[in-house]
Amino acid sequence: MNMLRRLYFIAVALFLAAPLIVVAGVSVNEKQDLTFPPRGFSLAWYAQIFTDPEWRAALFHSLILAVCSAALAVLIALPLAWFLWRRIAPWANIFQVLGLAPFILPPVITALGFLSFWATLGVFGQFFTAIVSHAIFFVTLPLVTLSLGFASIDRSLVEAAATMGADDRTVARTVVLPLILPYLISGYAFAFVLSLNEYIIAYMTIGFTTETLPIKIFNALRYGYTPTMASVSVFFVAVAALVFGSIARFGDIRRLLGAMASEDN
Amino acid sequence: MRREPPKTAADYAPLAFPALMLIVFFVVPFSIMIAVSFFKRDPAGFYKPAFVFDNYARFLSAFFGEVLGFSLMLAVTVAACCIVIAFPFTYLLTRRPRRVQTLWLVGLLSVLSLSEVIIGFAWSTLLSRTAGITNLLVAIGLMDQPVALLPTFGAVLTGMVYQALPYTILVLYPALVRLDPTLTEAARTLGASPVRAFFNVTVPALRNTIVATLIMVFVFALGSYLLPQILGRPRHWTLSVLITDQAIYQSNMPFAAAMAVFLVLISLSLVGLTLLVGRRENAA
Repeated sequence: MNMLRRLYFIAVALFLAAPLIVVAGVSVNEKQDLTFPPRGFSLAWYAQIFTDPEWRAALFHSLILAVCSAALAVLIALPLAWFLWRRIAPWANIFQVLGLAPFILPPVITALGFLSFWATLGVFGQFFTAIVSHAIFFVTLPLVTLSLGFASIDRSLVEAAATMGADDRTVARTVVLPLILPYLISGYAFAFVLSLNEYIIAYMTIGFTTETLPIKIFNALRYGYTPTMASVSVFFVAVAALVFGSIARFGDIRRLLGAMASEDN
Repeated sequence: MRREPPKTAADYAPLAFPALMLIVFFVVPFSIMIAVSFFKRDPAGFYKPAFVFDNYARFLSAFFGEVLGFSLMLAVTVAACCIVIAFPFTYLLTRRPRRVQTLWLVGLLSVLSLSEVIIGFAWSTLLSRTAGITNLLVAIGLMDQPVALLPTFGAVLTGMVYQALPYTILVLYPALVRLDPTLTEAARTLGASPVRAFFNVTVPALRNTIVATLIMVFVFALGSYLLPQILGRPRHWTLSVLITDQAIYQSNMPFAAAMAVFLVLISLSLVGLTLLVGRRENAA
């Protein structure tokens, strides 16, 4: 039985890792062709992400987009989650539904909505439109983590602070904020990583004027493969593993994914 | 501090910015899209305001029926494959030590966050003739010559299962990790083998969770738009691909919008069904 379970785990791990292993192998080819096992060994394709002006520009666009849109998503989610936790206002739940909807619906739909919206406004193709679109699309992630964070706050702590004479603002700054900070950071991190990887919305908002990394990879897929695509993919996997690894290291990732939400409050 | 209803305008203030953003940048674009689906196509530009049902009437064509049928069939197959693989896996995972669970969750999240572009590229490399898995089979003597395994239906299905599997596991995880362990313990004490306890106790206890997950994964798979293009032939294109194609390459926004509205209706009714299933589970 133990043996069987181990085999099963190995099979799933292999299925999930196999394409990434091949891509990592392809990325260290010495010549400009995609062969596996790789012929020769070279890290030149990794250097090219930073030296080739087109890849560097794409990397730069992707990073700015992810940093800004994740920040905007948190700015939208934080007051909303706080309000829902602090006040009794059932009708305000409609905004929670609005915050969750873009993420549940197929992304093509949200992308198309943004395309017609920005085209109608006449600002189609400008970089800020992608930032706003991503922020709305990924607002779900900080909203979920922050709601979990607020739910985990022991209300007697807050009451104690209020009894000792702290007003709402002081309570929020000195008690609530430190308690939800880990949830805020993980919400930001989730939105950041997903924005970095997002293709269709970026493509339908700024795809004709600007290239982000996923757009650049897709364009390269159509006009001839290069090992740089493989090295960029490895870079993406590394960033995601690093971010989620840090969340697991400094926070409780099992709890964030719903392991203990019910018995803790 | 007790929760209290908002009284003054200042109490509502925190809601102002999120509400404004969500209404202006989600509700309005969505409404515009619905409006556009009734517009007329303008060959010179994007579209002309009108109120016609032409775009919806095109749904009645045989071509659209085929694409819709294929999309639904593909999404059902993906969802079924994912549940069959993911359910026993997630069950076993939740019985492992915390450290093992954390490690797997980090890995699963990393794969889940990968761009469809990268998943498509990775699988097209893995299934290709020059860098593919068949080279491995040649090396160990099982095959004479490496072959390309794409574009085929199998490649599309594999890629989409790969994309949806981490999602399925993470949707199942909370329900399985909170499952009362005494249920299976009781079955084991009464003499059931672990496999029998799993199929006769665990699976029936979580029947509603399984149905809800199946629907969630189905909707998730409906949204896949790049993998059918990269790993399949045009006849493997799904509704999502068709929407992108009409909007971008054929510049037929009204028709694309009409299809998007249709896709929303399918997805929303299915998500509504999941909520109903979930409510029944809580009531029971």
